[in-house]
This record gives sequence, C-alpha cells and structure tokens, in this order.
Amino acid sequence: MATTVIQRDRTSVWRGSSVRSRARPLVTFGLFLLVILAVWEGVKFLGGGPWRPIGAGPGAPVVWDPPFRWAFANDLNLPHVWNIVYALGQPFQRNADQSLAEYLVGASLYTWREAGIGFLLGAFLGLLLATIFVHSRLLERAFVPYVIASQTIPIIALAPLIVFALGQGILSVVIIATYLTFFPVTIAMIRGLRSFDPRSLELMRSYAASRATIYWKLRLPASMPYLFTALKIAASASIVGAIIGEDTGGIQAGLGRVITTFNQYYITGPEKLWAAILAASLLGVVFFGCIRLAEVLILRGRTAPSTT
Amino acid sequence: MSGPDGIDRADRVVRLSGVGRVFARRDGSVMTALEGIDLDIRRGEFVSLIGPSGCGKSTLLRIIGDLISPSSGSAIVNGKPAERARLDRDYGMVFQAPVLFDWRTVEDNVKLPLEIQGLDAARRQARAAEMLDLVELEDFVHHYPWQLSGGMQQRVAIARALAFEPSILLMDEPFGALDEMTRERMNSEVQRIWERTGTTIVFVTHSIPEAVFMSSRVVVMSPRPGRIASVIDVDLPRPRDEETRESDRYFELVTQVREALRGRDGLTDPDTEAIASARRTSTEGAVG
Repeated sequence: MATTVIQRDRTSVWRGSSVRSRARPLVTFGLFLLVILAVWEGVKFLGGGPWRPIGAGPGAPVVWDPPFRWAFANDLNLPHVWNIVYALGQPFQRNADQSLAEYLVGASLYTWREAGIGFLLGAFLGLLLATIFVHSRLLERAFVPYVIASQTIPIIALAPLIVFALGQGILSVVIIATYLTFFPVTIAMIRGLRSFDPRSLELMRSYAASRATIYWKLRLPASMPYLFTALKIAASASIVGAIIGEDTGGIQAGLGRVITTFNQYYITGPEKLWAAILAASLLGVVFFGCIRLAEVLILRGRTAPSTT
Repeated sequence: MSGPDGIDRADRVVRLSGVGRVFARRDGSVMTALEGIDLDIRRGEFVSLIGPSGCGKSTLLRIIGDLISPSSGSAIVNGKPAERARLDRDYGMVFQAPVLFDWRTVEDNVKLPLEIQGLDAARRQARAAEMLDLVELEDFVHHYPWQLSGGMQQRVAIARALAFEPSILLMDEPFGALDEMTRERMNSEVQRIWERTGTTIVFVTHSIPEAVFMSSRVVVMSPRPGRIASVIDVDLPRPRDEETRESDRYFELVTQVREALRGRDGLTDPDTEAIASARRTSTEGAVG
C-alpha cells in the first residue's frame, strides 16, 4: 500500500535527523561553557592578581602580571578555573583522607536523597491538590489563593519555623523541599488535568464512564506534558529547598552544610566554595536530566517527533 | 405487538415523541433549536438526518445519545429512556473529528471502550483485532494517531465505536472534514460495515449525495426552529456501488431530497432557500 511506504519513509527520515538534533544541544552547551571559561580567564588576564603556577602559594614566581588590578577579579573573589579543578583533587580539609571531589560527590548524593524524597512527596501532594481542584470549582476558588500565597513567603523565613516545629533533622529538610516542590506541580496540573480535547469528554460520556475512569483514562494521560514541565521545575526547586533546609536544620552532611562551612573559611580556600557551587548546579542538571529522560520515554510516540 | 403506525414494538430502536429543545442565549433570550420532533427508527435501519446548518440535526442526534437532554417530549431507545440506554452502553458514537487519544496506539484506542466496559485483556485483544480488520487497518495497529491520514483516523474512530457491538451507531457528520474522494470511499466502507454488522445507524450529514447513497431513509430537517420537513424512503437496491451513484433512480432521489430541503411543500423560508441553493451548487459537481 502506498500509504504504508510513505509512513515508513517518514519514520526513517525522522530517526536520521533525531540523532543530529539530539547531539546539537550538547554541542551548543559545550560551546557556551567554553565561552564562559574564556570570559572568566580573560577578565583575570586583564585585571586579576599575578598569575602563578597551578596550586602554588603566594611566594611562587609570577608567570603573568595583569596590567590592571580589578577587585572583583582578584584570586579571592574569582579564583582561576584551573585552581578550582586542582582543588578538587586535593584533600577537602587538612589531613583528610577524601579528596574534595569525593567529598562533594558524597555530599551531593546525600542532598539528592533528601531532595528526592521531598520531590516525590511534593509531586504527589501537588497532583493531589490539582486533582481536588479540577473536580471542585468551589474548593479551587477557595484554596488556590492560599496555595499562591504560600509561595510568596521567602523560604529562608519559613525554614526556621519548620525546623522549630519538627526539630532538627532530615524530616525538616524533606518538608522544606516538599514545600518548594508541590507548588509548580499544583499550578501546572490544574491546567493539565483540563487540557484534554472537550470532545473526548462527550466520547467518555457515551461510554457511560465514571469520573474515576475519566480521570485515569483521559484527564491524567492528557496532562502528562504539563506534569513533566512542572516536574522539571520542581526537580531544581527541591534541591534548592534541601540545601537551605540542611543549613537551617543543622544537618551535618550534605551540600548545604558544605556550602556553609566553605563560606566560613572562604579566605583560606575560595576554590572550595566555587567547587561546591559547581557541584550543586551539576546536581540540579543531573536531576533535571533524569526527569527529561523519563519524559522522553513516557511521552514517546504520542506526537510527531518535532514537538516532543 | 404492533404500534399505531404498524411498527413492531420490539423492532423499534428509537422512538422520539414531541421532542423539543431550547437553549438559553447569553442575553437571556431563548433559542428554540428543535420543536415537535416525532421519529421512529426500526432495527437495522440506516437513517440520515440532513438539513442546513443550524437546523438542530446534531442536537437531535445528541438527544438520542443522551449527551443532551430534551426540554420537552421523550426519547426512548431500546424501549427505555435514552439515559438508561447510554448507561447500558447501547450506543457507539462517531463525531466529526476522530477524537482519538494521542497517547494510545490505534489498537489501544479501539480497546478504550472495552477497557471501560471491563472486558478481560484477551477478549479486548481479539475484539480490537476483529474491528481493525473490519475497517481494513490491520497493518496499522501499532501506529499512533498522528501517523495516520484523516480518513484512516476516522476509520479508527468507527472501529472504536463498533467495538462493543452497540445496538445503535450515532454518527455526527463523520466525513465532513474529508475531501470528496475520501468521503466517497468512506461512504462505501460504512455501507459495507452496516451490511455486515446489521447495526442501526443514525447519520447526520449535510451532503445530499452522501445521505441518499447510504440511507434507507432520509429525514430532511428545516431550521428555526428545527423541525422534520419530510421523510424520504430510499429504495435503491443493495449492495450499492459506483453504478448506484450513476443510476436514474439515484438522481431522482437526490432531486427529491434537494427539493425537500428547499422547502417546496410550503415550508419556504428565504434563509433555507439560500442555504439549500448554496449547497446545491456545491454538491452538483460531485454528483455529476
């Protein structure tokens, strides 16, 4: 059949171009990173402190003496990229067994666990609230303003209250992560659970489908693109929540603690704080990537490839 | 038992008596969409509802299917109120748009009503395969809706509507969005399916050739308020094919429907006339 052939053709063209189109964002990302590094070191080349060999102390010979001295570009405010990389291979504190890199990976995984639990709870809570709201206009009108108001309270003001109420410990951290996570999911899913084609509701009615059936077979599957958009926002938010929570909640491990500590000892090792910030953002990217991967797998096939 | 009109009661799938429907407008006034509709449809009949836009034919179909309730009169389907019939899943619906779920493959779309009905997986599978065979889409079971043409999507919708063997199939301008060639092919296809399954079909259209070619009866409606202007029996022999479209009797019937639409029997209304003549010009090319 002619149509079959056309279909097959289209499919194969799509597969061919998708390899290229998947690689393109990575290439762009890499190029952008190079630009940032070039600007970073370019500024230091013009107005940073005297350049010394990698990892060398203040007494070492000067390799390059920049013509200007800009305060924001000195080695304390803006350490050399290679010194940050070098610091990753060194012990994270004097006489420690672990290198800074190992230490940061451990701290990141610890934070990820808290953020992950908060993320799951928040996603579930968000979905639950949205489900209630789309089934009751009355409750939606009454409670959505509170949901929105909840997010206008700065988390650093609220976090101590949560810690005070629940005590120091991982539970408080998880709750803070949950608090930041449920909001995007609720708001997106109020839209998402209504995003189906209204004619399909008539179709479901003609099948005498119950509200529960309509929810599981129509509303929820139709809302998946909205859910994943919200989850991607929630993933990064949950990590921010966990880091803030660790600091306030007195957790002795995790990126929040690491960032606070390195902040206090910034003068003796600015590279370490920068490395910790790098680890935190990398964790966010990895979490985001996991959600994106789940999205690609779950939404595979449902629309023409160009739109997913 | 025979009713006053001589139709055996058990044989009567749809009985509409005195059906009317008014809609409230935004400004508070009311619009009468349908008024005083009496219509009986026998088992196994193929009835088309035809009329200009705004004559309430889709509303009437939705009243039969209990997607809209009548403001007056009653709709009895399979001897029970239309709502009961809907809850008993006596209907299959096909809309103007295919309304396929884009996250389901062709096969899973056809299985949807069967899942809701609670059939087990093996029977769902068998039934879906059978239905897709019927609409000749057996090679596309694992495709997603976006990979199919409009005509193929509408065939999936028909397979889905027939999946739980409804005693009555309601079709609301199912081929309105298709080109003329595809539409004629789909007409023959529905014709064939109807002959094979024996399902009662109520078919809304505004194409005269389509109505005449497919139906055993054509119900011509007039607008404002929607009323039945006349009912024309189509006695063309079956099976109908391309030769049918070229027969003299076919042309006579097309003319008869057209004249009924124009309102020759004293129902003339300048609007209807304008719409009917516009439609005549647009369909003439296809007929000749």
